[in-house]
Amino acid sequence: MAIHKQSVKEHILEIVSDAGEGAQKAGEVFAKTAARMGNGLWTEAIIPAEIQPPAHGVRSSSGIRIRFGSDFVSNGGDLTNLALVFNEMSLLSRLQIGSLADDVIVIIDDIWSKDPSREIREHYRELLDGIRQRGGRVVEVPLQEETLKIVEEPNPGKNMFALGLLGFVYERNQKLLAAVVSEAFQAKPAEVLRSNLKLLDAGYQWAKVHLDFQFEVPGMQSRKPMLAMNGNQALALGSIAAGFELCSMYPITPATSVSQYLAAIFEEFGGFVHQAEDELAAIGVALGANFAGKPAFTVTSGPGMALKTEFMGLAVMTEIPLVVIDVQRGGPSTGLPTKVEQGDLLSSIFATPGDAPKVVLAASSIGDCFKLMQTARRIAEDFRMLVILLSDANLASGVQLFERPELMLDEIARPMSAGTSHKGDLAYDWQEETGLSKRLIPGRSKEVGMTSSLNHSPAGLVRSDTESNELAHRMRSHKLAALQQALKPPALHGAEQGELLVVGWGSTRGAIEEAVDRLRAAGQRVSSLHLVFLNPLPPGLKEIFGRFKQVMCVEINYADAADDAFVGEGRRYSQLAFLLRAQTLVDVDCFARVCGRALRPMEIAEVLEKKLGGSP
Amino acid sequence: MDQLPIDEFLTDLCPFEKQLDLDDYLGEAPRWCQGCGDLGILTAVQKLLRDNQAEPTEVVCVSGIGCSSRFPYYLKAFGFHGIHGRALPISTGVALANPKLKVLTVMGDGDCFSIGAGHWVHAIRYNVNLLAMVLDNEIYGLTREQTSPTTPLGTRTRTTPKGAFLPPLNPLQLMLGVSNLSFLAQTATWLPQHLLATLQQAYRHQGLAFVRILQHCPVFSPQAFGEGGKDAELMEFLYHVQGIAIDPALERFGGRREHDPADLATAQRLASEREREPLGLLYQNPDLPSYETIRHAALAHPSPAEKLTLLNRRLDRLAPEG
Repeated sequence: MAIHKQSVKEHILEIVSDAGEGAQKAGEVFAKTAARMGNGLWTEAIIPAEIQPPAHGVRSSSGIRIRFGSDFVSNGGDLTNLALVFNEMSLLSRLQIGSLADDVIVIIDDIWSKDPSREIREHYRELLDGIRQRGGRVVEVPLQEETLKIVEEPNPGKNMFALGLLGFVYERNQKLLAAVVSEAFQAKPAEVLRSNLKLLDAGYQWAKVHLDFQFEVPGMQSRKPMLAMNGNQALALGSIAAGFELCSMYPITPATSVSQYLAAIFEEFGGFVHQAEDELAAIGVALGANFAGKPAFTVTSGPGMALKTEFMGLAVMTEIPLVVIDVQRGGPSTGLPTKVEQGDLLSSIFATPGDAPKVVLAASSIGDCFKLMQTARRIAEDFRMLVILLSDANLASGVQLFERPELMLDEIARPMSAGTSHKGDLAYDWQEETGLSKRLIPGRSKEVGMTSSLNHSPAGLVRSDTESNELAHRMRSHKLAALQQALKPPALHGAEQGELLVVGWGSTRGAIEEAVDRLRAAGQRVSSLHLVFLNPLPPGLKEIFGRFKQVMCVEINYADAADDAFVGEGRRYSQLAFLLRAQTLVDVDCFARVCGRALRPMEIAEVLEKKLGGSP
Repeated sequence: MDQLPIDEFLTDLCPFEKQLDLDDYLGEAPRWCQGCGDLGILTAVQKLLRDNQAEPTEVVCVSGIGCSSRFPYYLKAFGFHGIHGRALPISTGVALANPKLKVLTVMGDGDCFSIGAGHWVHAIRYNVNLLAMVLDNEIYGLTREQTSPTTPLGTRTRTTPKGAFLPPLNPLQLMLGVSNLSFLAQTATWLPQHLLATLQQAYRHQGLAFVRILQHCPVFSPQAFGEGGKDAELMEFLYHVQGIAIDPALERFGGRREHDPADLATAQRLASEREREPLGLLYQNPDLPSYETIRHAALAHPSPAEKLTLLNRRLDRLAPEG
């Protein structure tokens, strides 16, 4: 058979099955092989909401989405080019969320065309006809039938046949693919591995005989040392690199896997994970440990942040260093537990009753998740402040290939910042201008100190007079001012001035910059700015905004649309836009969605084009 | 190098260890009401620390919110006046961070048994090495006379002006039902010797030593516990060689009963029958390992350079070629 071979710069591949059929496993092996072959990479897990959902339904779909290419990949990209689905309901689930390109290639198990149920047979035909009508291509393969020639049970097993088939389609190195499969199943009995390798080969051989197309996705040319991991793994490993010794947590999606990665390895580094009885105790134990000189952090998501608010106020009041990670998910309340949203920015900054100045940082990539743990700890200890580090569900389970960070001996073994203390030292010996002070640590200091949740004097003693209350507030606030003065104005992506400036934060960075690059390549005068420091905001924003005719935020949270006819002058802006408008008095516009998924470069580009077209 | 102040310089020169006396544990002058039992507990704790020659910089006194939670200000040690109901998680963090510190946790009945009830149950199960005291006067004092979980049925308070609707919570019964309980004793403010002896035994215990201290509030619950111990019919002292020693002079405060603190079933029965308030050691299991002992025993102690090597090795596995 003549094979049509096409070379492409990148491709987006989905492998989707019912939960438990192993599409994720197959995808992980495919992604790892791609990374070894030098491809840039971004993968997203497709996760059902239940552990063992009823089979053969749209809500039982489980799998993986892999964007891989010849360059560094910074986000999940646009629409899927090739979907390998185990049944028609898996296909439907992807159609329903608009994930597939019009010209998508769908590879599907043909067993459903022969199903005893007429309903299933007809639905299968109907969906495949729909794919063809919109310009897609359907490739029916005897996935289960061929699998059963080798093993007695098709699940798991089909996944390895499918993987072999994809190995042919994408011209993967056969030996390498087999080696990665062997690594993935090294803990299983040798018999399991043997049959998996047989299935892998069978899939490849079947494709070689029956398929007439192949894609070539070459790897990157220059290769620096790289790492592939997801954001939660990066937070976990980053916490070790930052010298943390205790992670105090309570299980909550999508944050839990940070502590799970740590629980498996932390003890060999001298640290441990404490699973507390609730979210309050989780932060309380972390606070108590920091108070007593052990670097500790806590990790949670939106509902946990709500519960931790009281303790966050205590951390601010007592000036005990503390790092809180919030892996954001859709809210409010229980919301969308497994899906992405950037909805906790304003509550992170403002939710604590009373005036409670704290530092808020946001990771914009997997690499950030790793290195910001060090930044967060240093600021927390040097400034005696609460630092909230925001990540989100998109970063949490997205695997990215990124440049390997260099580890620093100074950071991994950083002692708790505290002054040498003498008898007579005060618990809050605030420097007049900056509000900074040294800590007294139990068991290390020669002087005792009183730590109080009540308003207190520099000696830590209860005071309720106006003067001491105003002083203490000013001192806590000046620490933020001192930190802001140490920050640099943020760097622009694109030209230094122009028509439109896009401002973002968090995991949208890759998609925003890709959209900006496309528009710039088409001659549009658009740049972007991505903020890591959200509180305090970096200096120079107003001046930078002044160099652009329009400024607009792009975020994954709720905003009233500008053209919403029902909403009048009370339009509610997205969270960063709200902050920037208040801080700079610039009329910052916004585009925001609560779509429960990463924004695609193409939809951002479309919004920006419209904004540019509409300007005078 | 920093210059040492003269007293530290002299201390460093002096070959003899300084004996700590009561003055070394005096914090701010207490601001509790006249006749408040908290004053006696403060004195007992100061004597306890003096008797054990505890270095004030190595003692951490954590409290929640309420009258009794002002305790840390009046004791010279590291003090942490926390938030309502949350003294136990903070204390757990301190004990986990540095097992050499002596942690004293001071709570009220509302603080521990009501808003902090979740932490209370789990702290007992974790069995962290600390001395937890609940100063129980059956009323909310600082917020001025609201019903607490231990307020007796029918008691008029500002939130129950026609009388409390529910039978009170029995904290001893509850604690004796929690898995991994390692030490539970009850004493009272009007029995200073018994109070000190109980705290001494609790202080020596390895694990979470829980002491409920009965008291009345002279302002809002003067009638509590037989007007603060005046009714000997209400109390019963537990004695045993392994328990708290009882002075014969205590007989006018209550009856006596022999009770082996290793006998959990009897302790549970005594607590649940509630004919009399048992005073003394209800239960002790000295063999249970404390939570921090379990967790710290599993830790490796790599040097910074070894940590770096280990982490690099972890990263190697995540490298594409790894």
